[in-house]
Amino acid sequence: MSSSSSSSKGGNGGGFNFDHHLRNQWITACLQGNADASTTDPVPNYARHARKTGTTIAGVQYVGGVVLGADTRATEDTVVADKNCEKIHYLASNMYCCGAGTAADTEATTRLIASQLELHRQAVGRARVPVVAAVNMLKRHLFRYQGYVSAALVLGGVDEWHGPSLYTIYPHGSVDQLPYVSMGSGSLAAMAVFEAGWREQLSEADARQLVYEAITAGIENDLGSGSNVDLCVIKDGGRTVEYLRGYAQEQVRTYRKPDGYAFPKGTTAVLAEDFRKYVQVRKVVSDL
Amino acid sequence: MDALAPHHDPTVPVQLGTTIMAVSYAGGVVMAADSRTSTGVYVANRVSNKITRVAPHIYCCRSGSAADTQAISDYVRRYVHELSLELNREVNVSVAASLFRELCYRNKDRLTAGIICAGWDAQHGGQVYTITLGGSKLQQPFSIGGSGSAYIYGFCDAAYRPDMTRAECIDFCVKAVSLAMSRDGSSGGVIRLVCVDRDGVERQLVAGDAVPRAWQG
Repeated sequence: MSSSSSSSKGGNGGGFNFDHHLRNQWITACLQGNADASTTDPVPNYARHARKTGTTIAGVQYVGGVVLGADTRATEDTVVADKNCEKIHYLASNMYCCGAGTAADTEATTRLIASQLELHRQAVGRARVPVVAAVNMLKRHLFRYQGYVSAALVLGGVDEWHGPSLYTIYPHGSVDQLPYVSMGSGSLAAMAVFEAGWREQLSEADARQLVYEAITAGIENDLGSGSNVDLCVIKDGGRTVEYLRGYAQEQVRTYRKPDGYAFPKGTTAVLAEDFRKYVQVRKVVSDL
Repeated sequence: MDALAPHHDPTVPVQLGTTIMAVSYAGGVVMAADSRTSTGVYVANRVSNKITRVAPHIYCCRSGSAADTQAISDYVRRYVHELSLELNREVNVSVAASLFRELCYRNKDRLTAGIICAGWDAQHGGQVYTITLGGSKLQQPFSIGGSGSAYIYGFCDAAYRPDMTRAECIDFCVKAVSLAMSRDGSSGGVIRLVCVDRDGVERQLVAGDAVPRAWQG
């Protein structure tokens, strides 16, 4: 943010605030491809660098259910913001949903729809809600926001009407139904594993292994993905869920210095000392 | 943002870079489409279904933004169903096409949708309606659409005959769509077909290795 625009918020006596005008100019310039971000960018850092989950998420259908998988890295720009975050969100007792995109949006969206699904379940008085109901709620929500809610979702679930089902939902509100899917920045690595290793009529063990390998491919080959593998298995007509948090630790530290890192006093050279003249330095003897 | 794949950038929507077509003949219609859905340069779905059911005897071929066309066809399916309950009979194809036109015209500034609505009804038989990007409804004996259609206008004009049988229509569609798929980078995969006539609906699929191959150079 430029200093002039931030000082206009300083409250030193009214006047117009042109922050939004400057921001719009900058966005227009960006769209025309001639923005010089370093000098003309008036957008505050926090707005442009929302916490995106550079992510690998994936799912596979098998004969009796679905397996969902996700890595656990959350990034803010190039910094790893969380080394062990949860990307497989609860939607209903028979449905879970992996989220990629802006972490806040995937979290808020899945929580909102989870609440609507539970109300719907009670309204119709059934044990479980069909997975397509969740798909429709999510796609309508995302379509309404025209892609500005950055949530790319992999939704898996089992119900008594359609059995196991797996969907991908894109930020603009389009939906695909497929037997194996991946999303996020690591989706290409994960899809490569699926295209090589998927076959029809997978067993649960094989489906788990395939998803694990797909997420691992993302963790190892995509900079936005990392840390651990979470899995979630939904089966038995939606009555049984195995949420395997930390199914595999992929990037464990292999060496830790046994004595820690204690440096002797004086390791860092003091080049100069300076005390401001109004600072009083007093020696305090603790009476504790 | 840079850590995200192109399909998670909210400014890059999922597109149906597509070849779609529909042909009417004496007893019904044949619809055909490729199966590629792309986001930027990535194929998001290589076996997608772009021929969507609107009513038991009315289907639509979708091209443009996947999100927009899915939303539009969801609305039309609902309106058509409601209308059929109210009238206690099947709705005519032309009515469904008018609903598509209405949605596409009224929201033209917000939509990217090229739709072909086709089907069979007892009153008018097999019909094909094109809904353009601007929201006009055109009835045609046959129609092609999507990015791949640019490559096959000449072929279709040369090969189309008004007196074709159902089998000939299927053959015409498979030839045309395969030619478009081989020249258009954003069309590909398998060919999906839907045939609607007096007896109902039949879906067919031409797998990737069964797609006819023209001159390959």
